[in-house]
Amino acid sequence: MSNWALIIYCGLITYLTRFSMIALIKKEMFNDRVRQVLSYVPSAIFPAIIFPAIFLDNSGSILIEDNPKILAALIATLIGIFSRSIIATIFSGLASYWFLIFVV
Amino acid sequence: MKSSLKVFLKGIIDVSPLMIPVVPFGLIFGVLAIDVGFTPLETMGMSLIVFGGASQIVLLQLFSGGASSLVIISSVGAVNSRHLLYGAVVSEHLSDLKLIWKIIISYFLIDQAYAISNDYLKKNKDQNRYFHLVGAGATCWVIWQSTTFFGIILGAAIPEKLGLSFAVPLTFLALLVNDFRKFINVIIIIISGLVATFGYNFIPFKAYAIVAGLTGLLVAMILTKMIKTNE
Repeated sequence: MSNWALIIYCGLITYLTRFSMIALIKKEMFNDRVRQVLSYVPSAIFPAIIFPAIFLDNSGSILIEDNPKILAALIATLIGIFSRSIIATIFSGLASYWFLIFVV
Repeated sequence: MKSSLKVFLKGIIDVSPLMIPVVPFGLIFGVLAIDVGFTPLETMGMSLIVFGGASQIVLLQLFSGGASSLVIISSVGAVNSRHLLYGAVVSEHLSDLKLIWKIIISYFLIDQAYAISNDYLKKNKDQNRYFHLVGAGATCWVIWQSTTFFGIILGAAIPEKLGLSFAVPLTFLALLVNDFRKFINVIIIIISGLVATFGYNFIPFKAYAIVAGLTGLLVAMILTKMIKTNE
């Protein structure tokens, strides 16, 4: 599949989710139980992007020792818990990562 | 009734504070897309066609890991499934809109615009109240397209040594800041993360994101049921 086809399909599926939200889905279609489980979708799917990007090296093997990303991610998480700020989380993580690779 | 222009401007003003985190997100996307091997034109096309931060970063991440197109597209679908929940809430306020407006508004219905306009739509019953959502969405659109553009330009100037790809897990981590204090969420986050990390090399077709996401949802179903029966 060409890059453009891939982009268009990803755009279509994103658009269709949004369109179905306002045009097809009615409040009555979801009971409380389904709504409750759907509210956990971000917690269920985002870690699948977060964890491998932190714990795996470029070849896909698990890297624990000598991996500054782990400590930087922990710092970012702590800052996130206390500040609840998206910006503070991103920048504290990047700053500590740069500190660990360039200064330490 | 306020004029449509006023409602539109109110949407712009209300959504503005939420645009602050979008700026680094857009820049990072532009830089990384070039880094992963998309052309500047394809990168700009992605922001114009997909217009969704999480979708686009998932696309990049899986593309760079060598996942097949089918896996990438279904993972983007999985990431977007969280929107179905919003739909159940927002559709109430939009039900009397003409179909053509629903088609247009759908393109702009991103998290930030939805979050801010839902409050407005709840409190106002004017016929032109939808212009609030259009104003908020259009603001996000301008910010997202321009930061993507600057990211593409910056991309050439940023040395690989900076390790900016680390910004991807950080941005997703940042999207979960409100969930770190909730017990069930933390369990789900850890289980999904472990499944993805250990399954990365074993789960066929690089479908680790989907498998981990479904495992996380299964855990959510079990835990919410258990906690309910205990009450």
